This record gives sequence, structure tokens and C-alpha cells, in this order.
Amino acid sequence: MMYYSRLRMASVIGVCLVGLALCLPNVIRQPVASLPWRQIHLGLDLRGGSYLLLQVDMNSVAADRLRGLQDETRQTLLKNSLGYRNLATTAHGVTFTPRTPEETRPDLKALRAMPMNVPGEFTVEQGGDGQITLTLSADAARQRAYDAVTQSIEIVRRRIDATGAIDPEITRQGEDRIIVELPGISDPERVKNLLGTTAKMTFHLVADSAIGSSVPPPGVDLLPMSDGQGTLPVFSHVDVDGADLTNASASIDQQSGEWAVNFTFDSAGAQEFGDVTRANVGKRFAIVLDNKVIEAPVIRTAITGGSGQITGGFSAQQATDMALLLRAGALPAPLNVIEQRSIGPSLGADSIRAGGYSLAAGFVLVIAFMALFYGRFGWYANIALLANLVLMTAILSLFEATLTLPGMAGMLLTLGMAVDANILINERIREEVARGRSALQAMQAGFERATATIVDSNATALLAHVMLFVFGTGPVRGFALTITIGIVTTLFTTLLLSRMLMVRWYARTRPSTLPV
Amino acid sequence: MMFDRPLLRFVPRGTKINFMRGRFIGLATSAVLSIASLILFFHPGLTLGLDFRGGIVVEARTQGPADFNTIRAALNAQHVNAAGVQSFGGPDDVLIRLDTPPDSEPDHEARTQAMVDSVRHAIATLPGAQVLRADAVGASVSRELFRNGMLALGISLLMILAYIWFRFEWEFAVSAVVTLVLDLTKAIGFLVVTHFEFDLVMVAAILTILGYSTNDKVVVYDRVRENLRKYRTMPLAELIDLSINETLSRTLGTSCTVFLAALPLALFGGASLSGFAWVMLFGIVVGTSSSIFIAAPLLLLMGEKRLRRDARPPART
Repeated sequence: MMYYSRLRMASVIGVCLVGLALCLPNVIRQPVASLPWRQIHLGLDLRGGSYLLLQVDMNSVAADRLRGLQDETRQTLLKNSLGYRNLATTAHGVTFTPRTPEETRPDLKALRAMPMNVPGEFTVEQGGDGQITLTLSADAARQRAYDAVTQSIEIVRRRIDATGAIDPEITRQGEDRIIVELPGISDPERVKNLLGTTAKMTFHLVADSAIGSSVPPPGVDLLPMSDGQGTLPVFSHVDVDGADLTNASASIDQQSGEWAVNFTFDSAGAQEFGDVTRANVGKRFAIVLDNKVIEAPVIRTAITGGSGQITGGFSAQQATDMALLLRAGALPAPLNVIEQRSIGPSLGADSIRAGGYSLAAGFVLVIAFMALFYGRFGWYANIALLANLVLMTAILSLFEATLTLPGMAGMLLTLGMAVDANILINERIREEVARGRSALQAMQAGFERATATIVDSNATALLAHVMLFVFGTGPVRGFALTITIGIVTTLFTTLLLSRMLMVRWYARTRPSTLPV
Repeated sequence: MMFDRPLLRFVPRGTKINFMRGRFIGLATSAVLSIASLILFFHPGLTLGLDFRGGIVVEARTQGPADFNTIRAALNAQHVNAAGVQSFGGPDDVLIRLDTPPDSEPDHEARTQAMVDSVRHAIATLPGAQVLRADAVGASVSRELFRNGMLALGISLLMILAYIWFRFEWEFAVSAVVTLVLDLTKAIGFLVVTHFEFDLVMVAAILTILGYSTNDKVVVYDRVRENLRKYRTMPLAELIDLSINETLSRTLGTSCTVFLAALPLALFGGASLSGFAWVMLFGIVVGTSSSIFIAAPLLLLMGEKRLRRDARPPART
């Protein structure tokens, strides 16, 4: 207890020096590019910016797959010249009745041969009443939902990168949520609009025969026009999918002088586009974005070059944003913004100032208190306190943690609590001195007895804050993180560093009485 | 050397205050305060913050002192139906509150977001005005945040209970957690009286108070346990009194440093942190006094028979 080997002393001092070195990135610039240079980031509440919480519309993911399955079923049956009645979707699958019972066997065979996204994605069975049911498996649905969120994150990232935002943070939260943090962007309206658009572009043939009928025949959807002027019936079958686009850009159309969006397909898309347009010259081809018809021009000749143009009376911003969206790709499902927090830069600066002053004032008060009430050992505690601040900053830098306003409060409270361990030790030494123990015995007893208490009291605080970190969100997590780190550094600085200072002082001076 | 010896002393050496004599007064006072807090909790109830209530809050700074009529007119021009326009902080600062559409409506999330944008547009029409902060929390999110906040509180209490149980005997754990619950109710009463908004940051403050208060109790209990081994025949009441007196200067010293650390934050921490810091200060005072006046008497009540089974019955004072 009262002996510190050279190695032990060197390691305690070494840890403090390493901590000091790790703090450097926060105050000076990187001298050599190859050095690991990690620093604390300021949270949005301190530097200004926006926080958006997005929810992936999982119902739409499921509904999309069901619609796709229904469409595939119809295409498969038609291709095999099999008849069907009452083709419909249910909550978990697709059902239909074969035209004649004799067709049941070939139906099952054809449907079971349909391509699946994942093995065992759906099962095909015949019910007692002759109905055939395709059921999507729950596992496949879960996998699809997970993939949808992963894919959404990728597309959100591409879209946000395209806006030129600096240091955006995009993370998954829970099962179906995405957190987007945009430092420096205090008005997130444009980003919200970009993320709120699914941008699923598809090309469908127009069902001219159904024009004017209010109830579309099977396999035809009545879609609204994007300008809000009426509706247009189009075949549900997707002839060409916008997912096959390789590029899109906004430009001014030479002939009309209007803003237009030019797009280019990859080779597979170009092939499909060429085939469809060749086979349907003279018919109308609808360009559909998010279930709204942008325009439906008449196909004059087969388009084999794999590129096209959309003109829909766009403004410059609309055309630019649409090109951006098409380039970044469609979201697998609509995203809803369910929480938004944005902080202007001036408020952030105010907060840093207020937080910084409070931190400094609190620090000075604690130091003064310890010096006045505990004398020499109080100063040792103060040295440990300073080391504590350095180590906390070092660990936060190492984690590249985000410092939030509550996080600053957490640091302050940690410093207030940190001296508790020193107070415990000092009080214990006082007691032992009062009992008539010698200086050495008193210090020994003080360290020994106080250690268990210090560990117990810190462990309970640690538990509470780990819970807060697990269940908290946003700035509160920052608070919990700083306190958790603070408890660990406190244990080090009080149990090792300040004790070492006291022990070294004793070894140097061999006092007969203690300054307590 | 001038800084060698302590200049001041917090608690005189070797106090012998008979705290256990006042145990029923302490418990009764605490019970009355906690019951009052519970009544306040149900009526008028906590002022829920945006996190837990849901809705929209926009803080804006205008050029020159804020003119509410102009602001209202600008909001009306954007078809925004503000639930409240009020000043906060300085004279230039206004706070605009909006209620979100109920989540029974289909596109309530989208409409909430559109409303925030409308408020921004309205403020943009005022010359020189800028948005300091704009927050919108949907109804489903606020319910979830509330649930998570309560979960964090509840699980923390359980973990503290489990830890103390593991390290001490069950009497200690139960008295500690009962005391913590009493502390918690008082903190809630404080929030109701002061109208500080109850949000996630407040949950953090309350959890910190609980952590701190537990810390305090552990120190006292630790000494009780030590003395139980040391003085095998001392009556429990006397022993607890001795333990409290022995740890008194530590208890007060630590409370003082934490109090001093949090005080500047309460005074200068700005709108977002001062509420948090005031709750902390209140919690420090409550936590410290409850260690002495509640947790220790509870231990005495519960442990009288068991902890001192072999000894002679404690003297009733």
C-alpha cells in the first residue's frame, strides 16, 4: 500500500503523459499527416446543424413485394398459357383459382419454377377448395426489411453527399430507422424534401382502352398525373425499371428552352428499353415517378441508344434535384421524417460560451474547496483532478466522441464527484490520526479502508449511467458516455495517481505528523 | 509551507450527534414531502418537455425587441396556427409552440414536418430575424422516448438494488432503494413546482441524482457494516449513529464539491442547462439529507431484529 515500485510510478506517469499527448489534436493542427490524429467532435447542439430521424415505411416494403409477386404470377401463368380467376393479394401472399382443375398441376409446376430473391422465399400450395396460394415466408420478409433499411441508408448517403453537405453522419437505429446528422445545416428543408422522395422511376405502357373508365380492368392501374391534372390508366407491368439507369443530368432542352432531365440506361436497361419501344411504336409510354405520371409521350421510333429525356415543366431546382435523385437511385421504400431538431450556429456558440464558463468556474470552486479544507493532500487531489480532466479528454478524443451540451455538464459533475474518493481517503486518515495512529499507519489504514468504499460507490453510479447510455438517445447518450468515462478515469487518478503523490511525499519527508 | 495544513475544517472533530433520536421526525417529514410531491404529480402534473409531449418548438431571435403581433401576423400569413408565442431568455428571443396533428391522421408525420417549414418561412419574412432552434417530435417518437426514459429509470433502480444486495445484506438494499424512491418523488415534486420541463435531459439529471444519492448511502452503509463487525455488542441505533457521525464530514464534504461544481451551471449555464443544474442542486441536498435522516433510520427499522440478533435489544431513545 505504501510502496510504489519504479515501474508502477513510471506507468502511472506514462499514462498521464499519453493522455496529454492524446489531447493535443483538440488544440493544435496536425503536424504530420501520417500521425493518428483523433479529436473530439462538437455535437450539433454546440456547432449548429440538423438531426433528422427517418422511419422506413416497412408496410410499403411488404406491399411492394406482394404486388411484385402478383405481377410475376400473372406473367408466369400467361407465358404458360394457363388461365386463372380471382387473382388477389392477401396479407402474406397471393391467391388465385385455376381456370379448370386440370390446370392445377401445371400451375403448381410453373409457379414453383419462378425465380426467388432468396431460397425458400415463398411456398406454393393448393388449398382444399382448389385455390392456389403463394405464401411469403416470415424469414424472407424480415431479411427483406433489413435489406431495405441497409439499402435506404446507402441511398440516403448518396443523396446527401450529392448536396455537398460536410461531415454528414448517417446511422441505423433500431429495426427500421435511420439517423441523419448534418452539421452546419441549420435549415434542413431541402434535405428533407430530397429524402422524402422515393424517386422510383418506372416506364409503363398506357392502357389506351381503359381511358375514361373509372374502374380499371385487372392489370391496369389508374395513376394520377404529377401536375395534378387528372389520371391516366397504365398497365401495372413495369416494362423498364429506372433502377437500370446509369446516369442522369439536368439541362435546358435545345428546342423548347425548358429544363429537362436526361437519363442513360446501362446495357441491360438499354436493351429492354429498345425492345419495348420497337414493339410499341405509335403507342404512349408513361414515365412514372413515385406512382405519379410525369409525362406519357407517344413512341415515334424505337429508342436503341439507351438514353432519353424527360420534360415535365420543371424549374431549374426541380430538374437538378430530380437528376440528383435518379443518379442516387430509388429508395426501396418511402422514408418519413419523424423527428427533426435543428440548431442555428449562434445558439451553438452561446452554448459553448455558457458551458465553457460554467465548467471553468466549477473547476476553480472545487479546487479552492479542496485546497482550503484538505491542505497538502487537497492539492494532491487537485493535481489528480487536472489529470482526470486530461484523461477524460484523451479518451473522448480516442473514441472520436461527440461532445454535447449535456456532455459538458457530465464532465463538470464528474469533476465534482471525482474528489469524493480523495475526501474519503483524507477523512479516513484523519480518523486514524485521531485514534492515535502513527503517520504511516494512518495513511496505510486510510488507503486500505477507503478503497472498498470507493469501488462500491462508483460501481453503482456506473450502473445507472450505463443504463442511461443504453436507453438514451442523442445528447443524453453523450452525457452518459462522459460520466461513464469519467468514473473510470476517476478510479485511476484517485486510486493510483493521487495516492502515489501522497506516498512519494511521505517517503521523501518521513513526517511524524500528517497535514490533515 | 502555507498550503500544507488545511485552513478550514468543515465539521468539528469527533461529533456525537444523536441522529437516530430524530428518526421518526425525519421519516415523517420525508413522507409528508413525498406525498405532497405525489399529489403535485397528479395535479397539476409535470410540465412535459418536447421530447415526451411531442410537437413543434421554434426559437427565434428578432432584430430588436420582439413584437408578438408582427410575429403572429407573419405566422398567420403562412397559415400556421401557433399554440403559443412567448418570450424566453432575452427580450429579442421568442419561442413559438405548435401542436402536431394527432397521430390518428394518416400523414401526420409529413404534415408536422411541413408545419416546421412554414414557421421557418414565416420567420424569414421578418427582417433580420433568425431561427435559433427548430425541433419537431412526432407523437410516436415522443411516446417511445418517454418509454425509454422510464425504462432507464426503472432498470437503473433495479440494478442499484441488485448491486447493493450483492455487496451488502438485503436490509441495506431495500432501505437504499426505498430511500431512492422517496428522493425520486421529491425531485418530481420539485419539477412540478418549478415548472422546469420534464424531458430526456431531466431524466439524465434524475438518474445522476440517484447515482449520487446511492453513492452517499453506500459510504454510510459501508461504515455501518464495518462497525457491525468491530463492535459486536453495540446496540444498532447507537452503532448507526456512530457510523453517521464518523462519515459526516466526508458526506458533507463531497456534497459540497458536487454542489460547487453544479452551481455555476445553474447560474450561467444558459436556458438549456440551468434547469438540469437546479434539479441537480436540489437532488444533492435531498440525497445528502436522506442518507442521514431516511436511509439510516430505515436500516434501523428493518435490521433491528436481524442485523443484531445476538446482541441485547437496542435502547429505545
